[in-house]
Amino acid sequence: MPATTFTAEDLRRILREGAGADDGVDLDGDILDAEFEALGYESLALLETGGRIEREFDITLDDDTLTDARTPRALIEAVNARLSASAA
Amino acid sequence: MRGKAVVTGLGVAAPNGLGVEEYWRATLGGRTGIGRITRFDPTNYPARLAGEIEGFVAEDHLPGRLLPQTDRMTRIALVGADWAFADAGIAPGDLPEFDMGVITASSSGGFEFGQNELRALWSKGGQYVSAYQSFAWFYAVNSGQISIRNGMRGPSGVVVSDQAGGLDALAQARRQIRKGTSLVMTGAIDASLCPWGWVAQLAGGRLSTSDDPEHAYLPFDARARGHVPGEGGALLVLEDGEHAERRGARVHGEFAGYGSTFDPRPGSGRPPGLRKAIELALADAGLEPDGIDVVFADAAAVPELDRVEAEALAGVFGPRGVPVTAPKTMTGRLYSGAAPLDLAAAFLALRDQVIPPTVHTDPDASYDLDLVGPEPRPAALGTALVLARGHGGFNSAAVVRTATG
Repeated sequence: MPATTFTAEDLRRILREGAGADDGVDLDGDILDAEFEALGYESLALLETGGRIEREFDITLDDDTLTDARTPRALIEAVNARLSASAA
Repeated sequence: MRGKAVVTGLGVAAPNGLGVEEYWRATLGGRTGIGRITRFDPTNYPARLAGEIEGFVAEDHLPGRLLPQTDRMTRIALVGADWAFADAGIAPGDLPEFDMGVITASSSGGFEFGQNELRALWSKGGQYVSAYQSFAWFYAVNSGQISIRNGMRGPSGVVVSDQAGGLDALAQARRQIRKGTSLVMTGAIDASLCPWGWVAQLAGGRLSTSDDPEHAYLPFDARARGHVPGEGGALLVLEDGEHAERRGARVHGEFAGYGSTFDPRPGSGRPPGLRKAIELALADAGLEPDGIDVVFADAAAVPELDRVEAEALAGVFGPRGVPVTAPKTMTGRLYSGAAPLDLAAAFLALRDQVIPPTVHTDPDASYDLDLVGPEPRPAALGTALVLARGHGGFNSAAVVRTATG
């Protein structure tokens, strides 16, 4: 069990702070398996999101993490895997 | 209207009025937008007055996704473009995407956004710099964001030539229309009223250090002591004349003539280039000097530059040969946004047959200018000449006229 967990709420907050939210998208809804692109987030938005996750949670994400994680669920899992690795 | 480029839409954001009609009412009423800077504390700076836009709330106009990635100038430009489309009675979806371009001017880029990111860089570190800094500061960003928001993928770009750029953008837009593009969103919005932008402007050495809004910016006055900067400008829908006619568009007027020159190097002994730019614009419009009904002056309010402009005007039109006005005395100089705003004012002047006033200035008689005073002047107007000069030697002139079939 990692000392810190990255939750869906963390992701929602960081997306809003760093990249804003599309008016037609309800970030509080069931977004975990939606593709980021369908939620209105292009690669630069994800770069900004990744940077904010890194500095807040004090981890380093591989470049591939952001490009491979096409959905919130995948990104949350990847971040938590990284957090577990740094806690170990 | 074959082969003509006509303006069918105006979107205005000025320190003395947001929106075309509010700006025009304020301008005809002589209402100034110049005051002490409120955006930051100017106390310790040598210049403390500016023309700030009041009441612009980006959140009311733009989607949340755009806010973290845009500087103030881009937000205003996006809304100005929306207004220009609405005024033109056309929606971007009405045209094929490659048949619409975006060509704006910029003088400084997104300074306030850049200032915030630079602050994050040196106070917290590189990880805290927004990914959007990659383009949010950039000169071309207003064109790019307008293009993306409205799906306009035709010929696009940005021109950077300080205040002259406001006319150079229209000229570039007209070139693309002549090559076959139906519509170009053009003009400019500049806004760099933040401490970093302010010190950059101070370095130019031309800012008025007066604290009195009524005596700070006095072009062609013996007391001229530099200018007050402002923020804003105008976006214009420039459209192929036949295209506008086919869709039955209301036409504000024609962008009928343009000329630009560059000043010779200092000490060369050759004359400044402004007069030649005026002559080129007149020739391009097929007009003699007596065909111009009013001049919207560049109005630098630096004595040497006022002298150059007055001599160019007297040289072309004769002493007191044409009414001259500078409604920018109510907004401050808006850099690349200034000339598009003057073009909008010129079209409104043609519509209402009235020359907007020049406030606060008491013109020095030696300039031999028929400077329109603090009251609007009714006049029979069919044409206008707009002048804009950029720091470093740029001179541009444009002729607009009432649209005829």
